[in-house]
Amino acid sequence: MRNARIIFARELKGFLVSPIAYIVISIFLIVTGWFFFSTFFLYNQAELRTFFGLLPVTFSFIVPAVTMRLFSEEFNAGSYELLKTQPVRSLDVVLGKFMAAAVLVAIMLVPTLSYGIFISFIGDLDWGPWVGGYIGALLLGAAFSAVGLFASSLTRNQIIALITGMAICFFLTLIDKMLFFLPEGAVGVFQYLGADYHFQNIARGILDSRDILYFLSVSFVMLYGTHLVLEERT
Amino acid sequence: MIRIDQLTKYYGNVCAVDGISFEMRKGEILGLLGPNGAGKTTTLRILTGYLKPTSGNIFVKEYNIHDHALEIRKLIGYLPEAAPIYPDMIVYDYLRFVADLRGLSGEAVGRRIRELAGLCGISEVMHKTIHELSKGYKQRVGLAHAMMSDPEILVLDEPTSGLDPNQIVEIRDIIREIGREKTVILSTHILSEAEATCDRIVIIHRGAIAADGTTDALKRDGGAEYAVHVSLALNDFEPVREAFSRVPGVAETRLVRAENGALDLSLTCREARDLRPEIYRVIRDHDWDLLEFGRQDRTLETIFRQLTREN
Repeated sequence: MRNARIIFARELKGFLVSPIAYIVISIFLIVTGWFFFSTFFLYNQAELRTFFGLLPVTFSFIVPAVTMRLFSEEFNAGSYELLKTQPVRSLDVVLGKFMAAAVLVAIMLVPTLSYGIFISFIGDLDWGPWVGGYIGALLLGAAFSAVGLFASSLTRNQIIALITGMAICFFLTLIDKMLFFLPEGAVGVFQYLGADYHFQNIARGILDSRDILYFLSVSFVMLYGTHLVLEERT
Repeated sequence: MIRIDQLTKYYGNVCAVDGISFEMRKGEILGLLGPNGAGKTTTLRILTGYLKPTSGNIFVKEYNIHDHALEIRKLIGYLPEAAPIYPDMIVYDYLRFVADLRGLSGEAVGRRIRELAGLCGISEVMHKTIHELSKGYKQRVGLAHAMMSDPEILVLDEPTSGLDPNQIVEIRDIIREIGREKTVILSTHILSEAEATCDRIVIIHRGAIAADGTTDALKRDGGAEYAVHVSLALNDFEPVREAFSRVPGVAETRLVRAENGALDLSLTCREARDLRPEIYRVIRDHDWDLLEFGRQDRTLETIFRQLTREN
């Protein structure tokens, strides 16, 4: 765990000194801010539903942009050879990089807290969905970080990592919107696979263990997959 | 200290390393020599745990690479070719990161980094980012990285490639300095480098060992063979060739150059004793005007060429 922490610290610092992180954070804030406020005054409701409603889609392209460099850049620059030949287990490398990405996503969410504060001045904000929404956003961000990390471990090309990561995230987000194409028996399964479905449950302010378990399982499967990919790279 | 046992590595259908076996004693500086693509880097990458072998094993002390990968990595400091260090990091931060991963802590970290900065001559670039550094400095940072935990074994892959002659001399001096206490294995395709820095040389060609021994031993065996260089003030090569070919022991008379009425010849001698008196007698008997005369022993270069010539 000590090694995972060391790698986490290096990666997070690497994010914070690179311009890409700030560009991605800016884009995220502009997109969410615009979608949120462009409809906010139409509904005349003191709630963050439009913000949280779009978050899985926004995260589907923002989070893979954050994570795309984590392994691809190292493979491409060759620095992975230096990392791999240190006395560090690949599991520590995976966990360290994953935590760095998840924390960056959390940092990205901090400025959006102001939306809630802003609304609470002009109306009566329901704090339950607000808290639930942010817990859900953290879980969603972590799960998508794991997806993006996995995509990054597959290739030395960051663009391919980005597109692969986005494709998996979009699939998870949109799968429960496609249910009418599916035979009835499969509906339950695919609904359970849908990230948006679970996220919206939590964002309503209902913390169900099934929804939390979903995000933890996605993270676990993706991190384990990353670990296997790294072990197979010989 | 290190025992490599029937190491084989395939990349798909391509065989990069084909059943290499050799042993290394503690404190030895071993040079892995071979043309590009001979399997040097692959061998080193398996030793350092970056790649897994297709078959075979490597034993380091009481450990082997299949069961004790982490323990072996702790014993080894590794500098890959071209030192691919994180380009965006500051030198000091990078060395700190390595020190942390290597399990150094507290005051020891700062002390060790200062020591290595002195030894590798990087004190003045500690606060530069790595992509700003010249190749030579990058290589030194790589060396400092490899030596961070004071490992017993140092593995250096082409440590001087791409450096200018001054930098090469400096890096070699550092390697020799380290080699006094450590076991060092380095790969190179520069013969003079292997000769200058290594106690022992293993020549690999097409994934297999072509020769193994000290530089002196390599020059001595492999058949007694040397060249005698003769330069004569003559125009005609044929009669000269005929005359020399009658000397027993002279295997080949080769014309190196003919210009301005002078012939430069190289006589290949396959005989343990010195054939120069007999060759000189031939020259004297024909009353040729002798311009130059001398013996050239086998250099590492000729051995290398012989061993690694295609087919």
